[in-house]
Parts: sequence; structure tokens; C-alpha cells
Amino acid sequence: MTVAIIDSGGSNLRSVAKAIDRLNKSYVITDIADEIMKASFVILPGVGSARNVMSELKKKNLVDVINNLKQPVLGICIGMQILFEYSAEGNTKCLGLIEGDIQKFDESTDLKVPQMGWNKVTFSDQKLKKFNNYYYFANSYYSDIQKHTTATSEYGNIFTSVVEKNNFLGCQFHPEKSSDAGEYFLQYFFQKS
Amino acid sequence: MITRRIIPCLDVRDGKVVKGVQFKNHKIVGSIVDLAEKYSTEGADELVFYDISASTVGATVKKEWVAKIADVINIPFCVAGGIKSIDDARSILNLGADKISINTPALENSKLINQLSKEFGSQCVVIGMDIKTVNNNDYLFAKTGNETTMHSTGINAMEWIKEVQDLGAGEVVINSMNKDGMRNGYDIKLLKKLSSVCNLPMIASGGAGCKEDFINVFKETNVDGALAASIFHSGKYSISQIKSSLVEKKINIRI
Repeated sequence: MTVAIIDSGGSNLRSVAKAIDRLNKSYVITDIADEIMKASFVILPGVGSARNVMSELKKKNLVDVINNLKQPVLGICIGMQILFEYSAEGNTKCLGLIEGDIQKFDESTDLKVPQMGWNKVTFSDQKLKKFNNYYYFANSYYSDIQKHTTATSEYGNIFTSVVEKNNFLGCQFHPEKSSDAGEYFLQYFFQKS
Repeated sequence: MITRRIIPCLDVRDGKVVKGVQFKNHKIVGSIVDLAEKYSTEGADELVFYDISASTVGATVKKEWVAKIADVINIPFCVAGGIKSIDDARSILNLGADKISINTPALENSKLINQLSKEFGSQCVVIGMDIKTVNNNDYLFAKTGNETTMHSTGINAMEWIKEVQDLGAGEVVINSMNKDGMRNGYDIKLLKKLSSVCNLPMIASGGAGCKEDFINVFKETNVDGALAASIFHSGKYSISQIKSSLVEKKINIRI
């Protein structure tokens, strides 16, 4: 069983890989379509901007590959944001796997942007309440509550911290940097099939 | 809403964690990886690794340590010390750091802030500010890692904080040189003044000596985090002890 971590040019690949390693799972950091398609689990990390990550995926011909994956896929931070249809960051058309748009936190208020720190995540499904905890966020853009939102947090407004549709799971926080809570959340992902 | 952060800082010189008083007379206090792992386990919200000799001798932070620390912690990790270019930053981020903190190189070339922010996103770019208050004026100091190289830039802190904000910085760390290592409390006056013009997350640094200092800085200012070194290195308090006393005072803290 291998985990494919998609190399989309971001810089947190090593941290994600280390977190997988701590769970004693084998992984490959890759941008090769065949390796991604064959993996049991796929992780789409993302640091930087939605525009950069999307243009990197296009350049590597990975957009259709990702859209057609049937195994569990986890998008982290920007990796979650690009699962949606559109991001206001760089006016970017995204993968469109999940209905909804990404917008910027309102800077006209006294809200500090980026959101940087540990925020409380609350799942709506009773079965997932055990994952309610503090997780680490570092983001200037967010999705408000959408049809497929499964957990929310508050920063100015209530926003989507976890989204799930079919085999695609996305988290706005960084599980790889969220201490024990993050590890537990990753285990939840790896229980999927 | 997000919690206030408790951030231990490892000041490193020649491969050992050191601590000085008012940026002078550094003494060795422990081994890098052991302390990093201990703080991560104890509930630190973030860890800062600062190679204090790098900038003074024109070197970049030692990469071997970045990787070794990143491997033993699972919390956000910020690295500082002589980062002068996009390539320096990239290699450090690729080794497992989440943020890079720049200080002297930003003062020497403020365009670097904008370049880093465009390349990696503002959430990666922290600006460290070493500030000394003289006759009620707050000045930025550069090359503070060594007594012989440190000097005032003559730049006013209020002006600088506005500028880094416009250039795309994602967070600022305010090091009070007057308070550093004195263990008699954070520089509340300076922090209040600077936060009035700052819309970025702000971290207080310099002066923590007891539990009350953390309570005061969070009660009296709107800083997002409190950074401390000697209070944790000395073993006087654990991070969880500090956090419990903050929770008792109803301060929003992750436990």
C-alpha cells in the first residue's frame, strides 16, 4: 500500500512525507501520472498560491489524472482550495471537483490576515465529533460553508475547515503540523477505502 | 477564533543552544534536537530556530539542523538566520520549515520581503525586528547576533512595520532589546504602540521571566503569540505549566 504525495511545486512536501512516515506508511513524492494512479491513497499538498499550484498541475498534465482518481484523495490547505471550482487568489479556475468558490478574508475589518495559528475545528456529524480539536492554519483565503462542508471553524466568519465529497477529502488546516490532533486526522483519512 | 500562541525559541550558535542578556554574553544552555523535541511534546504551539551567528558573518543558517529539528517535531517551525535570497528560503522550506524569518537582510534589501511573499505566500514570511527604545524613539537594530557587529539602522519601528506590511509580510516578531534576557516582563508599551499600526499577526519577544509576564502580555495587548527562551531553557517552567496558568485566566489557549 503506497501513498502518493503529488509534487505540485509547493514546499511542504517533506513535512507531509514525515507525517506519513510517522504512521509507518510507505510513500512516494511524485509528479508521474502512473505512480499517482496506482497509489492506494493520494495526497495533494499545496503551499504558495492557488494560481501557482494549478499552473504547475497543468504543466505536468495532472489535472485530468487527479479528476479521474477513484481512490481516497486528501487535499491540504491550497490542495483543498483547488478541489473547488474557483479561487479569487489570482482569479484562478480550479479543479471543480467540489461545488463552491474560494475568497479572501476581509481585510477591511480588524481581522488579521493571514489567519496564522491554532483554530478550533468542529465536525457536524456525530460520528466525527471525536476529531473536534485545535488544528494549525496558515491561510489568507477560505471557503464559506458549502454543500459538502463537514467541519467548520471561525475566523471573522464561520468557514469550511473540512470538506468531503465522494473520494475527495480536503482540510484547510495543516494536519502534518497539528501535533497529535493532526496525526489522528490523517489516520481517519487512511481508514478510507 | 485562533488561540494565542506560546513559542519557545532556540537561539543557536556553533551548533549549541545559547542564551544571552540584552543580546550579549551568550551561554550554552542545551542541545538543539533534545530541546526541540521536548518543547514539541510539551505543547508548544510553534518552534523558532534562530542561527544567531549566521547573519553577522554573512552565512546562512545551518541546513543540517533545520532537517534534524523538522524530523522530530510536528508543530509549525520557523527558521531564522542570514536568509538573503529566494533560493536560501526555498532550500530551508524544502527541509521542513514552514516559515522563514528575516531580519537584517530585510533591512538591507526590503524588496526581498515582496519577492519571498510572491514566491511562497505571505504566510511563509516573518519579519524579525530587533528594537531598542532610546529617549522614547524605537529604532531597528541590525546584525544583532554579535556584540561587535550590532548597530542601529536609524529606522523607526513604526515606519518599518507599516512598510513590511505593504511589502507582503505575513507576521512580525517584535524583539525588545531593552527587555531581552532581563526576565522582568514583555515590553507592553512598545507592543501596544506597534500593534496600533499593524494588521498582521504579531509575536512578542524579550523579557519573559514568570507566568505573570505571559498573562500580562496577553491581557494588555492583542499580540498573537509570546516567544520566550530562557524561561523554558532554564527549566523554571514547562510550557504546559505556562499554558495552564493562562487557561485559568480565561485566555484562549490550546491545551
